[in-house]
Amino acid sequence: MNERDAQLYWRSNLRYLAALLSIWFAVSFGCGVLFAPWLNQWRLPGTGFKLGLWFAQQGSIYTFVVLIAVYVALMARLEKRLGCYEE
Amino acid sequence: MSVQSWTFVLVGLSFALYVGLALWAKARSTRDFYVADGAVHPVVNGMATAADWMSAASFLSMAGMVAALGHGGSVYLMGWTGGYVLLALLFAPYLRRFGRFTVPAFVGDRYGSQAARIVAVVCALFVSFTYVAGQMRGVGIVFSRFLEVSIDTGVWIGMAIVLFYAVLGGMKGITYTQVAQYCVLIFAYLVPAIFLSLRIAGTPVPQWGLGALDETGRSAIDRLDGLQRELGFASYSEGGGGLLDMLCVTAALMAGTAGLPHVIVRFYTVPKVRDARSSAGWALLFIALLYTTAPAVAVFARTSLLETVSGRPYAQLPDWFKKWEGTGLIRFDDKNGDGVVQHLGDAQANELIVDRDILVLASPEIGGLPDWVAGLVAAGGLAAALSTAAGLLLVVSTSISHDLLKGALWPSITERGELFFARISAAVAVLVAGYLGLNPPGFVAQVVAFAFGLAASSFFLTILLGVFSRRMNAPGAISGMLAGLSFTASYIVYFKFVAPALNTPEHWWWGISPEGIGVLGALVNFAVALCVARLTPPPPAHLSKLVDLLRSPR
Repeated sequence: MNERDAQLYWRSNLRYLAALLSIWFAVSFGCGVLFAPWLNQWRLPGTGFKLGLWFAQQGSIYTFVVLIAVYVALMARLEKRLGCYEE
Repeated sequence: MSVQSWTFVLVGLSFALYVGLALWAKARSTRDFYVADGAVHPVVNGMATAADWMSAASFLSMAGMVAALGHGGSVYLMGWTGGYVLLALLFAPYLRRFGRFTVPAFVGDRYGSQAARIVAVVCALFVSFTYVAGQMRGVGIVFSRFLEVSIDTGVWIGMAIVLFYAVLGGMKGITYTQVAQYCVLIFAYLVPAIFLSLRIAGTPVPQWGLGALDETGRSAIDRLDGLQRELGFASYSEGGGGLLDMLCVTAALMAGTAGLPHVIVRFYTVPKVRDARSSAGWALLFIALLYTTAPAVAVFARTSLLETVSGRPYAQLPDWFKKWEGTGLIRFDDKNGDGVVQHLGDAQANELIVDRDILVLASPEIGGLPDWVAGLVAAGGLAAALSTAAGLLLVVSTSISHDLLKGALWPSITERGELFFARISAAVAVLVAGYLGLNPPGFVAQVVAFAFGLAASSFFLTILLGVFSRRMNAPGAISGMLAGLSFTASYIVYFKFVAPALNTPEHWWWGISPEGIGVLGALVNFAVALCVARLTPPPPAHLSKLVDLLRSPR
């Protein structure tokens, strides 16, 4: 891999990390703890879950799983674009 | 068949399965023994990681903690799953890219320093031994409660099983037994949860049953909140400690999870860098299955307990109540002498003390489920404890045979010699762990905070900076690790052992509990490492090259 591609690869990776980790922070520390009491005034539509509690005990965990899946997909796309995808 | 014979049959069958797998997956080389030849499929590795990670504490105690702490208990649910996001995004792919056998080997090579490697070995040994002692104890306790042997006999049986498959199979044997153990433990966790959910919420999906509305427009959580308020307990959906403390504990558990050596090494076993990422995702998916069920078990079992026990005359209580009273996990003290169980939030008037572990252990009986379900829970608890113990013991044995012996003391040792010593150190580690399980230092429960705090304040940042900072050098990393470690260790030791009477929020710094202090420790590590690295020469060119290599795709 040439120098330019290697830099592009690393910069894109850092951009993905920043975006995904912001969501990671927002759902757990944000919705699950800091804003949970405020969010508890609403309920998850169609269920009895108070929204803050739902984020803390269910929603954040589901989001974590999705975040990793998205990262795997983003990195695979990037590697294919740069021609360094390992078969 | 009675509960006890079901337990014998199910535990016996599961043990036979583990031993059979160990014989099938015997390790033939050090690469087999340390990283299962790097040929484990990412989904298989994900399942093994899930079993490796979920210990007796996750299986037996977590639902009880969540039930007792309500919203405050969410820190464990988020902390122990959110760490996998950090692992998948910040750790696993780079460590796999580096492609060595152990965490100390990574630290040593990245910083080009034997001293850094030795410090890392000491951290790994300390973290692993404190953890494994608790697991062996857990094995003993499950045995004694379900099979009515003494705790010591239970520890001996557990030692014999782990000794057999860890020493024979190494990482390869452990990987395949952990897959079987995951299947046993998740099945054992979900079956009672599904039964309880059907009975209380009328749906077989516990995660859904938790919030599903009944005819009156109330959910299971609303009903529990109502019951709790009536009896003077804190409401389930609003309970919680200080906000800053909740943030710190969550963050410390996340960082600690990502920094635990027995979890990190699992990602060396997959064939490709890409597999390390997806494998962490699979692991989290398998873990999430249990962790999202835990609050449902907490709410359902707690509701059943309050409904069947509270306010009832003692003489009319079901049989299981008396059986568990015999183990000391339920204590009833008829303070006002009226023969009725008053379970109240007011500690003066409360007559019933329920140990947190009982919610899972007794959930089949509390929910009135068939006898075989109770036997299944015993097999599941043992699977959770044994799989974690084996993973930790492997870290201990590789740290000794690979990092200390081959890396520092006897570099010219042959492949066969190293494999031999890896087996010997695994055997010795099992014996030491068994000794700690038989003679638990009075603070097994306390040291869990220790293990996570130390992992968060040492390994976590040292590895992170090793990948993401090209400027970080050996003096910076070592002084950071030592500063973070000593800060965290002194805070925990002070509040847990020196002055346990002062271990209350008023005395903590900014209300941060010893469980959450690892975060401040990591910040101390960060600040010290950065300053020292600025004041000392940058790392030599070949180490900068190594960082470039870690960051490249292949």
